Amino acid sequence: MANPLAQFEIKPIAEIQIGDFDASFTNSSAFMVLTVAAVTLFLVLSMRRRAIVPGRWQSMAELSYEFVANMVRDNVGNEGRRYFPFIFSLFMFILFGNLIGLIPYAFTFTSHIIVTFAMAIVVFLGVTVIGFLRHGVHFLGFFVPKGVHPVMWILLIPIEVLSYLSRPVSLSIRLFANMMAGHTMLKVFAGFIIPLGILGGWAPLAMAVALSGFEFLVAFLQAYVFTVLACLYLNDAVHLH
Amino acid sequence: MRTLSRGSLIGLTLAVTAAGPALAAGLPQLDPNTFSPQLVWLAIAFVALYLIMAKVALPKVGEVLDERQRRIEDSLERATELEAEARAVAEAYEASLAEARSRAQDAIKAVRDAAAGEAAQRQADLGEKLAADVQAAESRIAGQRDEAFAGLRDMAVEVAREAAAKLVGQEADAAAAGRAVDAVLEERG
Repeated sequence: MANPLAQFEIKPIAEIQIGDFDASFTNSSAFMVLTVAAVTLFLVLSMRRRAIVPGRWQSMAELSYEFVANMVRDNVGNEGRRYFPFIFSLFMFILFGNLIGLIPYAFTFTSHIIVTFAMAIVVFLGVTVIGFLRHGVHFLGFFVPKGVHPVMWILLIPIEVLSYLSRPVSLSIRLFANMMAGHTMLKVFAGFIIPLGILGGWAPLAMAVALSGFEFLVAFLQAYVFTVLACLYLNDAVHLH
Repeated sequence: MRTLSRGSLIGLTLAVTAAGPALAAGLPQLDPNTFSPQLVWLAIAFVALYLIMAKVALPKVGEVLDERQRRIEDSLERATELEAEARAVAEAYEASLAEARSRAQDAIKAVRDAAAGEAAQRQADLGEKLAADVQAAESRIAGQRDEAFAGLRDMAVEVAREAAAKLVGQEADAAAAGRAVDAVLEERG
């Protein structure tokens, strides 16, 4: 049986070495570039006609725009407008990365912790910087729970800080674990189909089909969750609370 | 969400258990040698995507959506304007209708007044003429009566004289008979 984890291996396509630094173009890089190209083509080609009454493709492009725009408006408010392009890019990058990764033999770059963690840390640092830029030292008040006796602060402030610091960890692990688990399970069940032969192979095949459908849901849901949480963190930084 | 990710984690455990020997080689995700190329290309890809989205793709979508919104608002505005216009026209129509009606009523009243005046005039003329006729007839009657009365006196004197002659056998004096008749006429009015 094929190793179900082999699909996650990083394989260099073109070795690029800058000094001691490895910047090789790998299968992961290829799918990142493919994702960017797919998102760009999707939006640019479908909006080419700029119709007042949109066709199917234009409707989908507008739908994705309004979906993210509403998400930002509902979760961050009007101040979130400036960050809309970033949130939109984040959502489309993860969504298309997840969906393209579902194509058999494709590589899913969101199944790598280093990628999801990098995105989460960018969100985390960005949000923290925005918080300090908007509120200065007052942003530290975010860690002080309201309506609590100051004596309790000794206990509660470290907890608040810890929960704040754990945000990028939970954010990145959620996406990475979901993608990796789904793809591994698919591979495991798919790997049982041929060994169990024509008589027993149907059961894992049915399972693989069902899981594939489920993975489409997960692909969308995890992109949504990642983006919504980024919006909520942004909201905390913009409005405190 | 939490249950979902927990379910996935259970699945992960299951899958990893099934993977068995592969785990010994370690997860490819945890190989630090693969970190730097992934990070470099993530940065390149994401920055490129962000720039394309922010500078090209999203403004285009936003423009189309704004344009549609503006069209809808324009149409609504125009509809409101047309409605107001229609209402003004209807009001003007009502006003002119009311004016025409009152003018017609005035005309009818004037005609009716004129007719009534003329009728009254004609009636008055007729009354006058009739009164004059009546007067003329009355004076003629009075003249004839006076004439008749005058004839009556002479006749009475003659009758009185005749009667006296027959009764007394003597011709009465015409003057005396005249006086007697006059006295009787006077007496009887």
